[in-house]
Amino acid sequence: MFDGPSVVAALEDCGVTHVVWIPDSDIGRWEPALRTATRLQLLRVCREGEAIALAAGLHLGGKRPLVLIQCTGLFEAGDSLRNIVHDLHLPLFFVIGVRSYYAYQRGASTDSCPVFTEPILRAWQLPYVLLDNRHSAADLAAAYRQAQAKNQAFAVLLAE
Amino acid sequence: MMSLHEALEILAQHRGQRIVIATMSAAGIWPSLSDKPLDFIYVPSAMGQGPSLAHGLALAQPERGVIIVNGDGCTLMNLGCLVTLAQHPANVYLLIIDNGLYEVTGGQPTPGAGRTDFAGLARAAGIGRVYSYDKVEAWRVGAAEALTGPGPVVVWLKVQGRLGQQTPKPPRPMAEQIQRLRQALGTE
Repeated sequence: MFDGPSVVAALEDCGVTHVVWIPDSDIGRWEPALRTATRLQLLRVCREGEAIALAAGLHLGGKRPLVLIQCTGLFEAGDSLRNIVHDLHLPLFFVIGVRSYYAYQRGASTDSCPVFTEPILRAWQLPYVLLDNRHSAADLAAAYRQAQAKNQAFAVLLAE
Repeated sequence: MMSLHEALEILAQHRGQRIVIATMSAAGIWPSLSDKPLDFIYVPSAMGQGPSLAHGLALAQPERGVIIVNGDGCTLMNLGCLVTLAQHPANVYLLIIDNGLYEVTGGQPTPGAGRTDFAGLARAAGIGRVYSYDKVEAWRVGAAEALTGPGPVVVWLKVQGRLGQQTPKPPRPMAEQIQRLRQALGTE
């Protein structure tokens, strides 16, 4: 399970300096912990493509940002992702909430978000791992550290 | 109305030690005016994302200051960046080059060409320091003030549109540009 305090603590331990985000109803619950974090800064942006470009600037400037968005925003942000990850080759780290994942799995939702999120990431050639309620902030931190060690862009999908 | 080249020549005189990011039409001219490690030709780019890239750089390098030369069409694609700039103030100097055209795609009019008040949009977003110039002499006189002091600053420059332009090419590969910039910033 993921909660704001444990996620923030894990990200701070990883050395993340900035979380660039647009919340959804799940990750939005992390807002108090992100807002009051002392070792990372929460940056609120207006659109997900903007989040990726802003994080790219932070990275070029020597910081260690993380992009925290929902899959709906990922769909909007394709051009930004393509440019930053594949033209500029910046190893940004993404945490992306997958709306309706559990409901779709049990046939209780026709939301198309779970249908398209993973194929979209594969199309953009962005490696990823899906974390669900069997995982914890420690798994998120492990994914971050592994991506940093490989100096590669990477996404964690969070089942919602 | 001033030409784009005139507008950029004046910028070159006042950029100081700040990073300059040039996009679209300006990207085709800027390397002939300045080609230092702190000059970043954002080609290929993500459409409309130059100001956000600049914003991140300025937040990471608060003492440095970042000038972003953006088009009117680019700005329209990411108007939210103005709100974000106001939300998280940084030493960003956003020059909006308004020629009313998508110049690099052959000169088709942008939506709202000649009607959109970019200065008004910036002020309404919460940017405190906003300047507008449509004559070269006014920009020459005003540039020192506009490009001095704390950001964020938005400068709306109305310039002559040009037809028949080619898509600009960067002076060197992106990887090399990034390496030069990082070396200059000491962030390698």
